[in-house]
Amino acid sequence: MPKDHGIGASPKRREDVRFLTGAGNYTDDINVHGQAYVHFLRSDMAHGTINKIDTSAAEGMPGVVRIFTGADFEGVGGLPCGWEITDKNGDAMKEPGHPVLCQGKVRHVGDPIAAVVADSLEEARTAAEAIELDITELPAVVDMGKALEAGSTKVHDDLADNLCYDWQFGSDTETTDAAFKSAAHVTTLELVNNRLVANPMEPRVAVGDYSRANDEHTLYTTSQNPHVIRLLMGAFVLGIPEHKLRVVAPDVGGGFGTKIFHYAEEAFCTFAAKACNRPVKWTSTRSEAFMSDAHGRDHVTTIELALDKDNNFLAVRTDTKANMGAYLSTFASSVPTWLHGTLMAGNYKTPAVQVNVKAVFTNTVPVDAYRGAGRPEATFQLERVIDKAARELGVDPIALRRQNFITQFPYATPVAVEYDTGDYEATMAKMEELMDIGGFAARRKASEAKGMLRGLGVNCFIEACGIAPSNLVGQLGARAGLYDAATVRVNATGSISVMVGAHSHGQGHETVFPQVVAEMLGIDEGMIDIVHGDTSKIPFGMGTYGSRSLAVCGSAMVRATEKIINKAKKIAGHLLEASDSDIELKDGQFTVAGTDKSVAWGDVTLAAYVPHNYPLEDIEPGLEETAFYDPANFTYPAGAYACEVEVDPETGKVTIEKFVSADDFGNVVNPMIVEGQVHGGIAQGIGQALLENCAYDENGQLLSASYMDYAMPRADDIPHMASYVVDHSCQTPCTHNPLGVKGCGEAGAIGSPPTVVNAVIDALHSGGHTHVSHIDMPVSPSRVWAAMNGQ
Amino acid sequence: MTKVTMTVNGKSVSGEVKGNTLLTEFLRDGLRLTGTHVGCDTSQCGACVVHVNGEAVKSCTMFAAEADGSEVKTIEGMANADGSLNVIQQAFQDYHGLQCGFCTPGMVMSAAALLKDNPKPTEAEVRDYLEGNICRCTGYHNIVRAIMAASGQDVPAVAAE
Repeated sequence: MPKDHGIGASPKRREDVRFLTGAGNYTDDINVHGQAYVHFLRSDMAHGTINKIDTSAAEGMPGVVRIFTGADFEGVGGLPCGWEITDKNGDAMKEPGHPVLCQGKVRHVGDPIAAVVADSLEEARTAAEAIELDITELPAVVDMGKALEAGSTKVHDDLADNLCYDWQFGSDTETTDAAFKSAAHVTTLELVNNRLVANPMEPRVAVGDYSRANDEHTLYTTSQNPHVIRLLMGAFVLGIPEHKLRVVAPDVGGGFGTKIFHYAEEAFCTFAAKACNRPVKWTSTRSEAFMSDAHGRDHVTTIELALDKDNNFLAVRTDTKANMGAYLSTFASSVPTWLHGTLMAGNYKTPAVQVNVKAVFTNTVPVDAYRGAGRPEATFQLERVIDKAARELGVDPIALRRQNFITQFPYATPVAVEYDTGDYEATMAKMEELMDIGGFAARRKASEAKGMLRGLGVNCFIEACGIAPSNLVGQLGARAGLYDAATVRVNATGSISVMVGAHSHGQGHETVFPQVVAEMLGIDEGMIDIVHGDTSKIPFGMGTYGSRSLAVCGSAMVRATEKIINKAKKIAGHLLEASDSDIELKDGQFTVAGTDKSVAWGDVTLAAYVPHNYPLEDIEPGLEETAFYDPANFTYPAGAYACEVEVDPETGKVTIEKFVSADDFGNVVNPMIVEGQVHGGIAQGIGQALLENCAYDENGQLLSASYMDYAMPRADDIPHMASYVVDHSCQTPCTHNPLGVKGCGEAGAIGSPPTVVNAVIDALHSGGHTHVSHIDMPVSPSRVWAAMNGQ
Repeated sequence: MTKVTMTVNGKSVSGEVKGNTLLTEFLRDGLRLTGTHVGCDTSQCGACVVHVNGEAVKSCTMFAAEADGSEVKTIEGMANADGSLNVIQQAFQDYHGLQCGFCTPGMVMSAAALLKDNPKPTEAEVRDYLEGNICRCTGYHNIVRAIMAASGQDVPAVAAE
């Protein structure tokens, strides 16, 4: 019988009621009395020198409050990058300036040149058209290979070249070369991890407000981490101390990474609200989002896998070019390095793993973390090259993986991380069972009878979540700690507010977090509310990304609740005239062990606030505790995925006929929400594999800047429910956090792209197209058709 | 400015609008009915779907003036008379058919329009009908299950077929 409350239950989400009745409070729903509106005049060129910006005509247009250009931001800080990478020569990465509004040059289509603040949005837009720009267009660098050529046009004139860093990591060259030299077989694969746009359905919004009365700023913004925005914008850009800056991220309509970062528009609205002495609001259009939200992925990689004569993996070596775009977004530098290189061992006991990454500046929108962030790129390379190796060697791809699995834990990889626990055999076996691998031959035959090619794709994945141990990431260049915090405030009548640093923008924290506290205290979940998304209400927090909310912030909440329990037991002991070491808490009752003497939760909480009969000499009144939690290690969710596709040999169209995921997330607090996270991740992975591509032409013009050109997955792109299973029954609990949880938010997006591509290649081989060893994503009908026909 | 009068969620309302004021702007800014959302500028995401005279309409693609004299229903008018969730809204909650909630109003309005015309749609028909509604969070699986359930069909039985 499944549990109906507490840890392991799937109560209906309490946040749903407001979202289903139109009562959500998203940032664009917030209007501050007297607000003005800003419209950003953005560059329509990829690269150019700004000679002159003449705003004189525009300033006289109706409704215009003030027009800002880069000159207004001289002396104001630029947008910071939060992670310094040291390259293989020991030098710090190149870190170009990133002004709030362009200064001197435009460097990508969408770069904000001027900002018009007006009484209405329409007036702001109209006035922007009257700004006269004198910009000399320069050649654009778009292709990373060309950007690295000697003599290439430079994105930043003050840097030596377009190379941000050249990073090497893992096994040393001598060891790696020796392993390749001794190999019986080497498989090499060149591949592209396509540039994507995260596309949360809610576009970004910022509303800046300023109070002259007490010199206080408020920013309402669509953020996954309001405290991080307060820190970055306050300390590095605008010079506002934390106690004078409140950042509010209310209901946020999806993030997927792209709402982690500190953006120019947030800083602008905060700055302009004071400068104009009026609240200033910006609401992104979808077209603006495509050219101003940080993009994701965009890696070009050569990967080599060395195997011995018995097909044991000996070594992996990768050479990746990673696109940074025109500026370093907040965590851009960490994605192709520490979030990617550390995962290159995958689920396998490969003795030597060496990762090489060149990060490159180009005249494109900045690239940063998108769901999975580095880990999908690692998984895609590794699981594609293993599949290719299996095909070259004529061995079963499942058997080849199984033979090389890590089976002993903890396991220290050659790429710096230590997997605490896992069972890759269990998820593989679960996947095989749910997929009915044995029945594939018959299903292929049935497809072939219809004139279709059918392929089976399998792969494993591992990720590092629960980001992250602060002392470790500090050594690796992070300019922030990555702990989290929670305050448990117990009120006199026993109800509880839990202030958490994690931010929910779809993850359901308001439902899940109370399940944990209720289980610990034995009280009804309905007595517990979660407060998040407002720096004025929450002690601190690093926000939600990297599948960290429950593993890190949830752990802080557990620690704070433990402190509550300890104090409450002291109060109960006093009320019951017993030692607090003899007090047990069960089902909301404090009992003296071995007796029938008890006192209820509500009596203890009331005593804490009405301390007439209270051990005032030993403990303070009140019942509120805060805990900060810094994880001891990353968590390592892992799994095995499989899908079957049909390929139409006439058109190259790929249809996913069956999909199974078998994940190990450790302990699961709310199975319904975990499955929902995996569904969403897999849809994004299918989108990457089959549909989505952010395309630039050679001049740096963005070709996919709307939903007419960027193919978002629709409902009919996802397998029907009869042939789609997401499973998380294999559970090896995390060994180092109190809940034993690993995180589930990114798994689907990490695990699924290679599954789909492996299946397509398998289908083509079954149709005799054995010359096709790889097709880059998105595996569109035209690409499949061209591959089949040798074009 | 033109005066428009329409019935929104059963209540007669009127307001002054410009010729280029979109229905979605009139609802959100004029009437403060902020449940209707704007997720794109090319009439594709479907977050702004409302009912005009019983038909599902993308309110970002209709001028407020065009809705003059019409009967408009938004997500705020979908709950039962006692304030409880209606059968579609309840199914979305029961089947976890929403995560961030931003596309949800449009999904519910589209689902209601589908079920009015096709009370027992097949799974393929539901997926096909949702072509004009984009969700980035749920992967659609639970939205489809919710709509099938709201139509009174046995979802586990459909999944077992």
